[in-house]
Amino acid sequence: MAPEENTTRTPSSAGARNPLPRREARERANDFEEVALGFSLAVALAEAKRCLQCRRPSCVKGCPVGIDIPGFIKALAEERFEDAVRVLKDRNSLPGICGRVCPQETQCEAACVLGRKSEPVAIGTLERFVADWEQEHLGLPPVTTPTPGAAKVAVIGSGPAGLTAAADLARYGYQVTLFESLHAPGGVLRYGIPEFRLPRAVLDREVEYVRSLGVNVATDVLVGKTVTLHELMQEEGFSAVFIATGAGLPYFLRIPGENLGGVYSANEFLTRLNLMKAYRFPEYRTPIRVGKRSAVIGGGNTAMDSARSALRMGSEVSILYRRTRAEMPARAEEVKNALAEGVILKELTVPVRMIGNSAGQVTAVECQSTELGDPDASGRRRPQIVPGSEFLVPADTVVVAVSQSPNPLLPQSEPRLERREDGRLVVNPETGETSMPGVFAGGDIANDAGTVIAAMGDGRRAARAIHHYLQQVRAVGNRDDE
Amino acid sequence: MVGYKIVSKRALAPTVTLAEVVAPRVARKAKAGQFVMIRVDERGERIPLTVADKDAQAGTITIVFQEIGYTTRQMAGLEVGDTLADVLGPLGQPTEVRRYGRVVCVAGGVGIAFIYPQVRAFAEVGNEITSILGARTKELLFFVEEIRALSRDLHLATDDGSTGRHGLVTDVLGDLLAQGARYDYCIAIGPIPMMKAATGLTKRYHLPTLVSLDPIMVDGTGMCGSCRVTVGGEIRFACVHGPDFDGHLVDFDELMKRKRAFVQEERCLLEDSADELEAQRAKTGQ
Repeated sequence: MAPEENTTRTPSSAGARNPLPRREARERANDFEEVALGFSLAVALAEAKRCLQCRRPSCVKGCPVGIDIPGFIKALAEERFEDAVRVLKDRNSLPGICGRVCPQETQCEAACVLGRKSEPVAIGTLERFVADWEQEHLGLPPVTTPTPGAAKVAVIGSGPAGLTAAADLARYGYQVTLFESLHAPGGVLRYGIPEFRLPRAVLDREVEYVRSLGVNVATDVLVGKTVTLHELMQEEGFSAVFIATGAGLPYFLRIPGENLGGVYSANEFLTRLNLMKAYRFPEYRTPIRVGKRSAVIGGGNTAMDSARSALRMGSEVSILYRRTRAEMPARAEEVKNALAEGVILKELTVPVRMIGNSAGQVTAVECQSTELGDPDASGRRRPQIVPGSEFLVPADTVVVAVSQSPNPLLPQSEPRLERREDGRLVVNPETGETSMPGVFAGGDIANDAGTVIAAMGDGRRAARAIHHYLQQVRAVGNRDDE
Repeated sequence: MVGYKIVSKRALAPTVTLAEVVAPRVARKAKAGQFVMIRVDERGERIPLTVADKDAQAGTITIVFQEIGYTTRQMAGLEVGDTLADVLGPLGQPTEVRRYGRVVCVAGGVGIAFIYPQVRAFAEVGNEITSILGARTKELLFFVEEIRALSRDLHLATDDGSTGRHGLVTDVLGDLLAQGARYDYCIAIGPIPMMKAATGLTKRYHLPTLVSLDPIMVDGTGMCGSCRVTVGGEIRFACVHGPDFDGHLVDFDELMKRKRAFVQEERCLLEDSADELEAQRAKTGQ
């Protein structure tokens, strides 16, 4: 695997940040292997030594789960690798995932004081290095069994929020069951994020770690259908529940032609490729069809993931976005990666209808040009259609990646759960507690942050709140017994 | 992996198999009209199958499938004691079972398996049932006596005339309606062209008609939108809003085209796996 040229310089602990080596764009655009290569030992140590070890570190405040960032970096710089693992895992059960998919540039690294004069420490890549070191050098810890007689807690949804909460709750000593509707745990980490950003071996290992803490993972259970929330609490003896069912309902554009063959929601496109491994069809049995020319509609990380996946399936890919690159909600790094791999960005472009042939197969997207007007409620400049600017973008595959709404299935199955107008659950922002006693919620079903790490922060906060809640319940119970 | 064990299996007709599978949570909850998502093994696709029956005490559900693509052929080759990797359910909305009065139930092909629980449910609440069952040929008909026992009258139709009316179920339905038979409700389950024809007929008689759709699905929980259908001009997801819909509002032509989205890939998979399926068949002695 040949790294890109600019990354082969000598490791440096003074001055500029050591760049993250990536596989060369032309090579990586043809397969689903991981794009970013991570640091070598020498570079990791050099980068770790760049850290100033601030006494009042601002980076920690930028981390939604409050990792002792200088602490793990210090241990790493001193080559105390196991200590570095321990410090990381004290706050983050899934460092191999966070080190890869967290938007550090807007969080911990944005707060790094080095960033004021030069460039921040590459905290994310160091986190990834420590996690990968652990995977390579340490076995999984022996499986812990929950404290006998400990209260049972149900965690619904095994994405980042659910995995984090389950791990924390198991550490508190509870009997935790993690319910997942799909056949494999991980939620969006499994069905949404492609392998070239998050190898499944890394995800599998993190899930095994959560299992080793004593968490029972129950797949093929759709709470609300297979079993109700009420039954979990009244019949199956769960004393508390954490709902982390994510944003599972795809939006469509509601424009003509959207149900033509070859038009996928990003969820369908990515689920076929990632969860079902359709890129290995027919060895894996789930089909996908990606044509010669693909159009991906949207400007978020999901749009980037879809575009880069379509590219890897051998398609020419255009991203259609109604604003400009500067307003894209996707991570700047992912946009850069996509463009380097050959994805074409058509800015100021809004689809108005999809055109198909007699077999019902999409052949083109009719678009209009936009120009940016005054800022809207989100602070981004509002795109306005330029009259008479219609043009065709030929495409035999179209992926609609224009955000998602919360999965309504569980909220609708339990009338006692109070919902907001946008479908999300009403929660106490400090604790994640819902309108139902003993029921907590976090991640995209409760908040609209939409990042893996924000969901993990929710999971962590809720686990602590559930612990307090159960301690109170027990204290009251003991008093009643007297 | 625990797996979902097959505890019994029998052929209902050539290429149509009934199997009972251990799935206690699903068995406790499933109602008429609901379905499960099944995955046979680690490399398998997820396919929706109607829950044809259940036994909550035994913890089993009954599924019926016709060998069409790779997965259904692979399933036909499984034996009692084998397991399915995954069974998720029950999914979809249960059929709204009400006492309408006179209900005509029209089913074609493997749709007979799926209308059977509906016939039973509608008969149980006191409806008077007329059943019309059809298939290509006599030996592809099944559940005839079971459904006859629940019906006031039962009509058969075969494409080749080997039993019952020489023609389609919709020919029978058309004649009954033309002769002045009065119904308060119709249920039509079968191939898309059959449901389209049946709803076309009943619309003329202002006869409310329920259809059960089985578009392509991936997750079956409302997440992917692969199963979207146009109903009354609106996008609906068959997996969460359906699979039952008002047949007079469904865009069947679009559904038909969407259902054929992966025909080429399915053919390629069948060719690719011909040896494997052949070997499996030889092993199970079928």
